[in-house]
Amino acid sequence: MDYINRFTTEHLDVLKEVGNIGASHSATALSKLLNKKIEMTVPDVKVVSFNELMEWVGGPEVVIASVFFRIDGDIPGSLFFILGIDQAERFIKQLIDDDLFSFRHSSNDELGLSAFQELGNILTGSYLTSLSDFTKLNLFPSVPALSIDMFGAVISHGLVELSHVSDYAIIIDTAIREEDQLENESVKGHFFLLPDLDSFKKLFTALGMSDEY
Amino acid sequence: MNIETNVIKVGIADLNIVKSPNHIRTSGLGSCVGLIIFDKHNEIAGLAHIMLPDSSLANKGSFNQAKYADTAIPLLIHRLTMAGARSRALLAKMAGGAQMFQFQNTNDMMRIGPRNIEAIKKQLHEYNIPLISEDVGGNSGRTIEFDPVSCELTIRTVNKGTKVI
Repeated sequence: MDYINRFTTEHLDVLKEVGNIGASHSATALSKLLNKKIEMTVPDVKVVSFNELMEWVGGPEVVIASVFFRIDGDIPGSLFFILGIDQAERFIKQLIDDDLFSFRHSSNDELGLSAFQELGNILTGSYLTSLSDFTKLNLFPSVPALSIDMFGAVISHGLVELSHVSDYAIIIDTAIREEDQLENESVKGHFFLLPDLDSFKKLFTALGMSDEY
Repeated sequence: MNIETNVIKVGIADLNIVKSPNHIRTSGLGSCVGLIIFDKHNEIAGLAHIMLPDSSLANKGSFNQAKYADTAIPLLIHRLTMAGARSRALLAKMAGGAQMFQFQNTNDMMRIGPRNIEAIKKQLHEYNIPLISEDVGGNSGRTIEFDPVSCELTIRTVNKGTKVI
């Protein structure tokens, strides 16, 4: 039996709080950047098999725009900021003030891509800073890396470290949504935090939970 | 007469086999490698969606053999020969092993794609299975589908279109 599967509801609730703290600061930052109201969902924390994770935002083949960070320090893990293609394009158009930007037609548009990378950088930076402040743990994010590709191909990158020791992952997912965003858009904005296995003990201890389970 | 073609889907860290007229498919390969081993004459093919090169760090006891190159390949060969494939006739094709994110300092974890490819080639060599074509590396995600009759492997990417090897 996987170590991860022995977590109790209380443990999962603590991890929800982790997602809450991180993403609420990011949502505020995003709201300021774009000057529009951003709504955030209650974090979704689940123990999932790798295949369940691949299906998470609409299947492994859904094309998404993502910024990936590897976290080093006290709680190593992977952090993804993921947007649906349409939503990412809207944000970029607004950030660079260019209504013609599109991933499909101008995949070499360096300004737009760099704006997206910077957006991911700011948002995940505020996610990690607030998490680090709250837990008093040291977190060092890597340089952000950008990929616009199939969800499965992107997210499986965050499973490499975990997959050596487990067939399950704990996903801490906080979705964000623009106030005026269409309901039928398939992919919303997501922060995915995928801690490495060894990180959970430290995380629980730092948040005042017993690490016996 | 209409023969219905079903597509057998293989998930991450999983493997399965297929007989004609059905196809076999796996989606969203990043650093993982999709390995096809097939017997053209008997129209049988197997696909493994391999995540990691080597099982030596795996938990002792039971573990998912389809996840690692060194254990998935013997298992796939076993499944194929049990289903009627001739072990001497087996050929292989593969796709995947991309590097989805570009980093300046590449540690082992970031190099997982190339390491998967190396490990698979080594295993195929050990089992004397010729690798007749491959589409590996790069930085694109891939979805692949194999037809055991034509023995064509169709590879779809987001940015670089579709190709057949």
